[in-house]
Amino acid sequence: MKALSQKRRHPLAAIALLLMGLLLTGGIYAVASNANEAKAQTAFSANDIEEGEKLFVANCATCHGMGAAGTEDGPSLIGVGAAAVDFQVGTGRMPLQMQGPQALQKPVQFTEEQTQQMSAYVASLGAGPAIPGEEELDLEGADPAAGGELFRVNCAMCHNAAAAGGALTRGKFAPTLEGVTDKHIYEAMVTGPQNMPVFNDANITPEDKQDIIAFLNIIEEQGSPGGADLGSLGPVSEGLFIWVAGLGVIIAFTVWLTSRSS
Amino acid sequence: MADHSHGSPDDAVTVAKPGQGGVQKFQDPGLPPHRPRLADVDPRAEKRAERQVGVLFLISIFGTLLFFFGYFFIPLDQTIGTLRLQNLLLGLGTAFAMLGIGVGIVHWAKTLMPDHEIAEDRHEIRPEADRADAEKIVGDILEESGIKRRPLIRNTLLGAGILAIFPAIAIFRDLGPLPGDVLRQTMWDDGVRLTRDPSGTPIKASDVTIGSAFHVIPEGLNEAEHKLEEKAKAVVLLMRLNPESLNPSPGREDWGYDGIVAYSKICTHVGCPVALYEQQTHHLLCPCHQSTFDLTQECKVIFGPAARPLPQLPISVDEEGYLVATSDFQEPVGPSYWERG
Repeated sequence: MKALSQKRRHPLAAIALLLMGLLLTGGIYAVASNANEAKAQTAFSANDIEEGEKLFVANCATCHGMGAAGTEDGPSLIGVGAAAVDFQVGTGRMPLQMQGPQALQKPVQFTEEQTQQMSAYVASLGAGPAIPGEEELDLEGADPAAGGELFRVNCAMCHNAAAAGGALTRGKFAPTLEGVTDKHIYEAMVTGPQNMPVFNDANITPEDKQDIIAFLNIIEEQGSPGGADLGSLGPVSEGLFIWVAGLGVIIAFTVWLTSRSS
Repeated sequence: MADHSHGSPDDAVTVAKPGQGGVQKFQDPGLPPHRPRLADVDPRAEKRAERQVGVLFLISIFGTLLFFFGYFFIPLDQTIGTLRLQNLLLGLGTAFAMLGIGVGIVHWAKTLMPDHEIAEDRHEIRPEADRADAEKIVGDILEESGIKRRPLIRNTLLGAGILAIFPAIAIFRDLGPLPGDVLRQTMWDDGVRLTRDPSGTPIKASDVTIGSAFHVIPEGLNEAEHKLEEKAKAVVLLMRLNPESLNPSPGREDWGYDGIVAYSKICTHVGCPVALYEQQTHHLLCPCHQSTFDLTQECKVIFGPAARPLPQLPISVDEEGYLVATSDFQEPVGPSYWERG
């Protein structure tokens, strides 16, 4: 200790101290964030991982490569986490039917147990977002009004203010959120499937995510305040309706006005 | 080649000749024969038409009552269902009330009101006398005002008339202050933290994982005096991608931080928020007119009507690890305007 205190006025002491501080905070952060991401993955058993690997080799490895290392046809899945697999397989987007602008939703190909096993296998390859549990999806006390504001800031530009979906570039699109389960919405936010950006827990906290899901559930339940929403697509469908039906009625009235009575 | 024959060039027969096709003098065909309506000849049809008009007016009365029923007797209990029912009744009630009266009156006029054709003849055209009269009036004015004989009056009137326009220019210019440098500056400055929209909480560089997109406002925006005006200029989209994907031009290498870049969210076309970020293609799409910006080429326009790339906000991290701006935008954000140059 004496040797240390003697050197405390050394010109390099400040730098050494700074380095120690940085290493310490960095180390703590790495441990903390790993602990964060690894949570809930303990539910998978070794058997799950083994069965999952078999399913993966048979169904996914053609594009994602052996060991999920990625090929020209598909990205590496190391570190995408169980949530990504549960979303992509659980909504029927994977396995991909054919290459295209984006993977389309289709009837689910695997049972829940098989999806769980593949998730376990991919999660075992590297730490990533876990499948949200009961706790994350508990909407008790969630604030739909706050969720609505977050939705309009972060999601509405692609998914439409009424969550009806919208077009992106070159054949891609943001899908409608109607009928999507709470779990899949949550997973999409944490994993950023396909061209959707990632909204990690540091950006939108788990409580904020619950608020957003509560908001989506409410607007889906109560429907449109104005009656028929014509798909909530804005001026395209509304304009088409008024130009065809509205002008049609006006033309019919004009014909009737100028015709002679029998 | 003067005549436009439809035959072959060898065919000597001409189809059109000068003078052919001249309009014959138009003969007035007169009025068509009067045709009595059903209600004019059949008393039962007349009675029926009368009842129809009455029913149409009753529909109007029913519509007005429906409106008031919806307005006063639908209790709004804070649910969408009752609101939707009230909207429906108000709309249908007004439509029936107006259409019932309108359709009823027209039906009445068409079936029951007197039906006789009237022709109103165009009055005679007298061109020469009218023209001479007008000429004489103008001449009289010039003569009697003496404007030709009195150059002092003429010149002072001209001067007064020309000068009198200038106050109008001054007044219309006062309709709004010129933008000055308001559109060149935003709330961003050296050391201003990037915070989340709408909560205003600061963002750590480590929070922004690869593939993330953060919607960002400057620190202190929520407390700003003209919050919306400031927000409309200062909103920023923060994204992180693989540092190798970015190709910064010379002088802009240090505007990002380890693959984290911040770009203005205001489209350079007409100012819509460009916030549709595709994390795989690194394209930013504007929803209004499909302008597409390539994040890997400093938001160069690769499709659509926008004329300039999105302005980049130079960012860095402060000693606590939070993202901060290192200066304001280096160019005005948003669409072109007169003084932008």
